[in-house]
Amino acid sequence: MAKLSVAILGSGNIGTDLMYKVRRSAQLDLQLVAGIDPASEGLALARSLGYKTCTDGIEGVLRNGKIQLVFDATSARSHLAHAPLLKNAGIIAIDLTPAAVGPGVIPVVNLQEHSKELNVNLVSCGAQATVPIVAAINSITPVQYAETVSTLASRSAGPGTRQNIDEFTRTTARGVRDVGRAKKSKSIIVLNPAEPPIIMRNTVYAVVDLPVDEKGVRDSVMAMAEKIKSYVPGYKITVEPFLDGDHFTTCIEVTGAGDYLPPYSGNLDIITAVAVNVAERYAETLS
Amino acid sequence: MAKLTFVDVTLRDGNHTVRQQFSPDLVARVAAALDASGVAIIEVGHGDGLGGSSIHVGRTAAPEAELMRAVVSAVKKAKVAIFLIPGFGTMEDLQQAYDLGVTVARVASHCTEADITEQHIQLARKLNMLAVGYLISFGMAPPERIAEEAKKMESYGAQYINLADSQGYLVPHEVKNYVAAVRAAVNIPVGFHAHNNLGLAIGNSLAAVEAGAAYVDGSLKGFGGGAGNAQSETLIAALKRGAFPTDVDLFGILDASDILVEELGKYPDLTKVPMPTVDNDTIMMGYACVYGGYVLPIKRAAREYGCDPRRLVLRLGERKVVATQEDVVIEEARRLAGLA
Repeated sequence: MAKLSVAILGSGNIGTDLMYKVRRSAQLDLQLVAGIDPASEGLALARSLGYKTCTDGIEGVLRNGKIQLVFDATSARSHLAHAPLLKNAGIIAIDLTPAAVGPGVIPVVNLQEHSKELNVNLVSCGAQATVPIVAAINSITPVQYAETVSTLASRSAGPGTRQNIDEFTRTTARGVRDVGRAKKSKSIIVLNPAEPPIIMRNTVYAVVDLPVDEKGVRDSVMAMAEKIKSYVPGYKITVEPFLDGDHFTTCIEVTGAGDYLPPYSGNLDIITAVAVNVAERYAETLS
Repeated sequence: MAKLTFVDVTLRDGNHTVRQQFSPDLVARVAAALDASGVAIIEVGHGDGLGGSSIHVGRTAAPEAELMRAVVSAVKKAKVAIFLIPGFGTMEDLQQAYDLGVTVARVASHCTEADITEQHIQLARKLNMLAVGYLISFGMAPPERIAEEAKKMESYGAQYINLADSQGYLVPHEVKNYVAAVRAAVNIPVGFHAHNNLGLAIGNSLAAVEAGAAYVDGSLKGFGGGAGNAQSETLIAALKRGAFPTDVDLFGILDASDILVEELGKYPDLTKVPMPTVDNDTIMMGYACVYGGYVLPIKRAAREYGCDPRRLVLRLGERKVVATQEDVVIEEARRLAGLA
């Protein structure tokens, strides 16, 4: 099977972590790591691993000519500029920024629906961790309201997230409704500065109609967690769904693979792991 | 000396005591009494502030907008404040509060995370509200760090810094050191918000005032998370004894306290709730530095899972939980009970 030729746009923390994951993929061939800062540590690491790099960002990607898919790990503002250029060039874009030009995808839930899209967005780390759980419960019984709480280590929340924290809660809550199919939703983010840093944790509360098939819900959630684990190995249910009054409570921990970013930052790892998973699905479709 | 500005938080922090069940009628009547007593700022809302109504930290009995509207229409002179923790509350929520007539925005973060408050403080300034930078659980970081975070809030436009000892963890000489460190770092006034877990809410408030705090928080009957706050009535009396002037009339604040009790009597479910008290659980929370809002979840989880609440509190303290990590309480209780 021919490998899909891909590029990583953005040589910061996310782009660099992504590089290690793409390197392990049997279906992806990393052609280029594109940055804008010649002194970037990410670009230096890419070169030391034998990858081609450029320092003119999107220009370098478009010039290359072979690239079929780009991971955009820059910023929302940059992606808004990149998206039309990539589209014109017929290059698939996996958008890891909050720009949300294309539809939000959560691989285990709705990737199939969007397999023909040329630009997909990965919503948020909180959504990747929690939306599948909401969807799993919803497959057994309608979820009237879902609430998600994501607690991240302070060190793993970059300046972009911090300065625009409303965007995280809004985007995640929208994903819970649009992709998870909860009728209403609310999302909360908490930053914890403890040292050593805490592992990313999430809690999902799902209000359902009673009576409810508790075992059915539990089995559905646990089966979903197994599927997620196939592409995010550090995904773990720490409190299995249990009924508390009118709602199920489920707790999840996400430990990162420790590729470039430390294992506590499961919130960053889950996004790069999902990005590779989505790219591999494109590789299967296109071959 | 300049007069202190007294802030009453009964109708916000006190909502923790009644599991977020304050009604619009109750908050209106108590606010009117507080206003009449001369309290300068009256804070209202969910115990964890705007957008707090949730399964995670408790659903409010009435929509938060109704609580704000009730207080705004009940007061003549006092300013009405909201509390907002970005991550829960959004700029949209802040805009709504402003539209309802709220004029003070106390924008809060855990004491080391001030940079999440920038946009919200800026919006409050743009709306011409009194913008307050509020540092939660400041005893969890050293004074130098708290001073840095306060400076960040000042740079965003905060007009005073409020320091909250949210666990009732600190002792008076520590409070003085923190207040002095922050005062030395910023050019805006400093305020203090006490909790009573170690029986020090009044003593710590006086220590803060001695160190130059210009704003001080209290609540009627001490209503508030954990063991409760500095009791407003006691604090006003003690400030008078210590010759620290405020605009609050002693009889007036005592009347407000009576009205709170009278109003609570109209809600049989609320009077079943224990009053804020220094008990074994809250002492342990102060000692182990565990956030006050967790007291009811801790009692409930210990009961449901049959674990020793003291051990549960110590585990939470070791995990350095910050405000609004209520889900960790269940997780740890289940772990102690051998269920997870």
